[in-house]
Amino acid sequence: MSRLDGPVAFRGGGFAPRDRAWAAVATLVGVVVLWQAGASAGVIPTLFLPAPISIARALWSLTVSGELWKNLSVSLMRLAVGWIVGTVFGIGLGLAVGLWSAMRSPGMAIVSALFPIPKIALVPLFIIWFGIGEGSKLATLAFGVFFPTVIATAGGVDNVPRGLIRMGQSFGLSHAAIIRKIVLPAALPAILSGFRVTVSIAIVLLVAAEMIGAERGIGAFVLSAGNLYDTDNLLAGIVVLSVLGLVVSWTIGRLERIFLKWRA
Amino acid sequence: MTEGLRLTVDGVGHHYGGLQVLRGISLTAEPGQVMVLVGPSGCGKSTLLGIMGGMLAPSEGVVRCAGDVPADCLNPLTYVFQDFSLLPWRTVAGNVALVLEDRLNRTDCSARVAEVLALTGLTDFAGAWPRQLSGGMRQRVGIARALAVHPACLLLDEPLSALDAQTRDLLLDEFSTLITQAGTTTIYVTHNLAEAVRLGHQIVVLSRRPGEVRDVLRVDRPLAERSAADPDLVALEQRLWRMIRDDAAVAERERIDVAS
Repeated sequence: MSRLDGPVAFRGGGFAPRDRAWAAVATLVGVVVLWQAGASAGVIPTLFLPAPISIARALWSLTVSGELWKNLSVSLMRLAVGWIVGTVFGIGLGLAVGLWSAMRSPGMAIVSALFPIPKIALVPLFIIWFGIGEGSKLATLAFGVFFPTVIATAGGVDNVPRGLIRMGQSFGLSHAAIIRKIVLPAALPAILSGFRVTVSIAIVLLVAAEMIGAERGIGAFVLSAGNLYDTDNLLAGIVVLSVLGLVVSWTIGRLERIFLKWRA
Repeated sequence: MTEGLRLTVDGVGHHYGGLQVLRGISLTAEPGQVMVLVGPSGCGKSTLLGIMGGMLAPSEGVVRCAGDVPADCLNPLTYVFQDFSLLPWRTVAGNVALVLEDRLNRTDCSARVAEVLALTGLTDFAGAWPRQLSGGMRQRVGIARALAVHPACLLLDEPLSALDAQTRDLLLDEFSTLITQAGTTTIYVTHNLAEAVRLGHQIVVLSRRPGEVRDVLRVDRPLAERSAADPDLVALEQRLWRMIRDDAAVAERERIDVAS
């Protein structure tokens, strides 16, 4: 038998991580400062990895000359159109799979068969089908966005509490009203989470498609800079892609705050 | 004040797969009166309520409703749920307006929402989200949403069972008042016998599974004149408990057997 004597020790802390914005900024700034210091000290060979200041100069030069916007605007257009087309069709099929038995098995069979295919492998096929122009690039993006959107939407619909649907039926709401007032709002968190994934996929596919067959666009610009061993511009292009990813992620975060403000 | 519907249950039976949960149920809920369904766990009370409101198709028998439905009734048979079933992305007023907004013009909808929020003491919470409310307040919203459609028959599935004892007592008094004011036919499922004797004009006692009507007790005293301390009602509650105690004990043992 052992004996206890003393205050009870607190043991209920932890497992409650909190966001600290300053830590995120400090980490990024710290990495850039270390990188610059390493480059200035000659520890990092600038031929292979240019110093942050050189990349900033290249970015400035590209901005002033208009070269950056010329490529970025084309990429943004492709990203927007491809993502929207894939998302609209993806949400449509996702809802159909989640709501109707007639669509469930056929829809999921198609998704299961085609989703695992690396979409980059399909770019040459899309070039044959849609030509070397915009069609093949947009098709690559839309195709890549479509399947994860179907899965996220169908999963969101599957997780709608059945009790809420029964409640809607008990109040005599029509099928369309139940979808509009209950199913879609309940599935929205899953759909918006899917947006985060599909936008990242779209950016990856955008660059890949532009590297295979495009004269303009950030992907084409990065490839061209690499071919010329112009690592300043190459890294500048990569920084633009990183910032694009951050902006898109921030935008989706704002959308979540607006549309999901009812959550705690 | 509405006349309410007469709901007639005729030879209803139900089974889930091979499990018979209801057998040969025949009852009549009179217009404007409260019928309470009590019985041991698993006797099919909620299943019977689901069948009476058209949310479940009975395996046998039929439920008929007859009577005048008020012109402004938007949903004759209206449920109040045990888990409240509020839409978390709608405010209190938005939940109450769920059915009204598609069926009434904006002015009438706002007026009716304001009317039921006032009736249920929710006016100050019209803009609150459900997550900000206590269980009792959420159930008030459920009641307000049901009353807003001016139902001809209210079907309440253990509406107080998810609440703490104090809130339950407070809401029970409010239910009694609201049901009296609305004057609708009401079917009320509960496992709480004190609720049954406070609200029921007819108390239907179901046997353990498969549920059959074991007895129907009538309480003629008006709801407004009933109280928790009323000796007649306390005696009736004890009589009800004696009727279902053995069945409840067997049902509990069956639940343990199934769980293990």
